[in-house]
Amino acid sequence: MKQVFKRPESLRDVSFHFCPGCHHGIIHRLVAEAIDRLRIRTKTIGIASVGCSVFLYDYFDTDVCEAPHGRAPAVATGVKRVHKDRIVFAFQGDGDLAAIGTSEIIHAANRGENITVIFVNNTVYGMTGGQMAPTTMLGQHTTTTPRGRSFLGDGYPLKVSELLATLEGCSFVARVAVNNPANVRRARKMILKAFEMQVNNMGFSFVEVLSACPTNWKMTPLDALKRVDNELIPYFPLKVFREKTIPDKL
Amino acid sequence: MNDSRKRLINGNQAIAAAAIDAGCRYYFSYPITPQSEIPEYLSLHLPEVGGTFLQAESEIASINMVLGASAAGARAMTSSSGPGISLKQEGLSYMAADELPALIVNISRTGPGLGGIAASQGDYFQATKGGGHGDYRIIVLAPSSVQEMYDLTIKGFDLADTYRTPVMILADSVLGQMKESVVMGGRKKSTPTKKDWALTGCEGRSPSIIKSLYLDGDKSSEHNRKLFEKYQRIQKNEVICELNRCKDADLILIAFGSAARIAKTSIETAREKGIKVGMLRPITLFPFPNQQVRDISTNIKDILVVEQNTGQMVEDVLISASENARVTFYGKPSGNVLEAEEILCQIERCMNKVGT
Repeated sequence: MKQVFKRPESLRDVSFHFCPGCHHGIIHRLVAEAIDRLRIRTKTIGIASVGCSVFLYDYFDTDVCEAPHGRAPAVATGVKRVHKDRIVFAFQGDGDLAAIGTSEIIHAANRGENITVIFVNNTVYGMTGGQMAPTTMLGQHTTTTPRGRSFLGDGYPLKVSELLATLEGCSFVARVAVNNPANVRRARKMILKAFEMQVNNMGFSFVEVLSACPTNWKMTPLDALKRVDNELIPYFPLKVFREKTIPDKL
Repeated sequence: MNDSRKRLINGNQAIAAAAIDAGCRYYFSYPITPQSEIPEYLSLHLPEVGGTFLQAESEIASINMVLGASAAGARAMTSSSGPGISLKQEGLSYMAADELPALIVNISRTGPGLGGIAASQGDYFQATKGGGHGDYRIIVLAPSSVQEMYDLTIKGFDLADTYRTPVMILADSVLGQMKESVVMGGRKKSTPTKKDWALTGCEGRSPSIIKSLYLDGDKSSEHNRKLFEKYQRIQKNEVICELNRCKDADLILIAFGSAARIAKTSIETAREKGIKVGMLRPITLFPFPNQQVRDISTNIKDILVVEQNTGQMVEDVLISASENARVTFYGKPSGNVLEAEEILCQIERCMNKVGT
């Protein structure tokens, strides 16, 4: 019998701890598929951040280093500068990357560090219980915006991909979603492309993934999928913002 | 081959040169006075030996780059001064928990706050009591001459690798800016130890993880106990202190770093006046020479502690000294540098009390 579906080799044979309807598991799988596809598992070093993504080392069958909150791009820089021939990726949430870690992400991108960053944007601090994130939508109710996020005082949701796309050091910047099969297929392609950029020494590559957090959105998983379409994508458009061309002969 | 060479350089340059001689090839930092000669020297000379110099966007980023380079198995270093070292404490706490070796240099300056750039020993507590969050210590080395800036930097890298812990050089602008002749190289080479725990990609082995999160109570306790036992080993094996002219002394002066350097002159003058004073100089501040202080204060009861701050190391002296010891403290708030005359004055005051 022909096997048509299996666990990527880069993922360990364990169950995810993520909440029902959370997209972290899908994103983990897509990253693992890219690593498998490029046959780089044994030369990949992952950088875990703080939040729901910290347990990267429980799921990826690669070397992993934990970084302090927001510092994953700096830790990744240190690792990559030592091991230029290894593949280094950071996996960060929106509180981690877009609030406490804004400095680290912007400067790693601007230096063109040859690393890949996967940015999970679910518009909320997940692990700490659903507080407002920099990416929280206007009007969105969170545990620290009980009356809904207002641009007066809270500011507007931060568009990180658009921001990073202005930096010359970036080889690839794209935003994707994983809320339906078509979007998952596109996300798979974009994540693979980001890793290919690194393999080809093209510099900093970045994929923002819009992700559902039904628990903190206080929605059913199905309603959360709809929210990604109806509320998130109109404000956070799915797009390749920057892409350098990989020369044919490298 | 003898590559020993003698140079007239300042303390900051001695540290930078020693880092290269110790095989450090990764240096990450953020500009701050009064340690600028370290990044300036390394930005010029590290690339010559195939090393990486990176001026980071912040103190926080630089210590986390050190964390990454160390996790990847390399000898790595950063340097800064007071306010910058405060920002690095987050990374230091993680590195202590992750058991990652690295050398951190604090050419400290006046504090608190922005303070000033004059010499200060006000960072003693921060350096020796952990500094960041959580229950940990780092090894702290306190040079007192430009030669020691060189020697202790090399030793610092070795200690860091041996114990898998961050090591700090705690000096100040007097030592950083002072020029003296230094003999470099020529000794037994410092060699980075084999690091089978380092992250290199998991070719031919199972994946390695470097982390500090332990949500499980038992695992967290076990991890903290392991760290504690390491600090006990360090306290047992790695104390260094210098005893100078103590044998016939009626008074022991205890000071470290630049204060000790200045006090040496005071002691010479006091000796010329017939005052029998000796010095105990802690070179490792953690581990502190508790037993040495206890031993010497059992025989010689009068102790004078001199610091360029309002009283920090004196607390370690007080918990170490024998019950009968009489400990006098003289501290000069940072801002103006200690002078040999004022220390001499304190020596004479103490001696007037001796026998009373």
